[in-house]
Amino acid sequence: LPGAASAVVGANVMDKPTPYKDASSYNNFYEFGTDKSDPVKYAHTLKTQPWAVEIEGLVKKPGRYGLEDLMKLSPMEERIYRLRCVEGWSMVIPWVGYSLGDLIKRVEPQGSAKFVEFITQADEKTMPGVRGGALDWPYVEGLRMDEALHPLTLLAFGMYGEVLPKQNGAPVRLVVPWKYGFKSSKSIVKIRFTDKQPRSSWEKAAPQEYGFYSNVNPNVDHPRWSQATERRIGEDGLLAKKRKTLMFNGYETQVGQLYAGMDLKKFF
Amino acid sequence: MRSWLRTRTAWWALLAIGLLPLAWLLWRTLADQLGANPAETLIRATGDWALRALCITLAVTPLRTVLGWPELARFRRLLGLLTFGYAALHLLCYAVFDMGLDGGDIARDIAKRPFILVGFSAFVLLLALAATSFNRAIRWLGAARWQVLHRAVYAVAVLAVLHFWWMRSGKRLYGEVLIYALILAALLSWRVLRRLKQRPA
Repeated sequence: LPGAASAVVGANVMDKPTPYKDASSYNNFYEFGTDKSDPVKYAHTLKTQPWAVEIEGLVKKPGRYGLEDLMKLSPMEERIYRLRCVEGWSMVIPWVGYSLGDLIKRVEPQGSAKFVEFITQADEKTMPGVRGGALDWPYVEGLRMDEALHPLTLLAFGMYGEVLPKQNGAPVRLVVPWKYGFKSSKSIVKIRFTDKQPRSSWEKAAPQEYGFYSNVNPNVDHPRWSQATERRIGEDGLLAKKRKTLMFNGYETQVGQLYAGMDLKKFF
Repeated sequence: MRSWLRTRTAWWALLAIGLLPLAWLLWRTLADQLGANPAETLIRATGDWALRALCITLAVTPLRTVLGWPELARFRRLLGLLTFGYAALHLLCYAVFDMGLDGGDIARDIAKRPFILVGFSAFVLLLALAATSFNRAIRWLGAARWQVLHRAVYAVAVLAVLHFWWMRSGKRLYGEVLIYALILAALLSWRVLRRLKQRPA
């Protein structure tokens, strides 16, 4: 899946990309099991064709958008983003896709729409983890409208120049590089525009530990561990000191103004 | 079988089996077969093996009594030391790979994550047991006092399960924790029941 180099500011970090093998075998995708080696083992059962994304809620042009049409909606770009997991590890991944904003503008949200909710596929037959009760299915995530419209917020269809592997959220997923990885929904089937802040799956599961914003922030620790440092997968060797986590995962210049005046300890 | 259990070979065989997980981990480390996050794999695997070794150690007495095989008792010390060894490796892996052997970082981490303090307490108790595990220590302490001290292994079992449970509570994955908790609870309640039966009504 080819993509032209992106002109979006901040879309091409200079860090060395994580080896493809690591990025496609060390995944959190609970629909296929809670162990990080589960998705690569079990995701082959996911049926990504045919696939459609339902656009609904406070929007002038709701409807079902087939994957083919969605892929043609805007030119594909390659973007090299840092990915920081809430668990304290990170990767650098070359994604292929386009700004979610391109889709949002096309479907014309109503003035009352303040948030965007993303709903993930939850099929018991093809996703063994959905039979387990780790989370409330389907997996739900959300963004504030200005976050969703930010040019760095990516609707991704591929990585490393190829179509997304199933364990990485095929056929279409979100990538929000300044937030912890779990905010970036995989295998999206529904995008809903609403006037109320959506309640995400992790917020529901543990409200003290996972907030709606979940911006990468080395100064606001998880209640039970520090977020000041991270281990870069495939690069930081066994004896390497962990690297310092950057504010907004290094995208502060691009996204800092979205949160001006907000108490980030309160809105974690 | 029972006469073989009394041989020196049996003891060495158990030691060799007990070191197999360590050898396997070393091999995977050297062959770069620990997956995408080798530090995490090593920290978790050594913790898992410490817990498994603890379960096996605590199973010796019930097995010995139920089967009526007193010769099993001579493996208890070796199994206990293997438990201590894997727990020490677990702590070492955490201190080196996660904390870069930085004392200040470790202290801050313990304050931030009480489950690490719980795990560390279990290790300190195991250290006391390992340090008094040789015959002369029994003579120095006196058999009665030595036995009281070594009952601390029951506290280790409780702390170890709490440590594991707390670690997994971040993602609410309690399945595996429950298995170890049930095994250890069964082994400990067998002891409680035996005591109750022995005591005259």
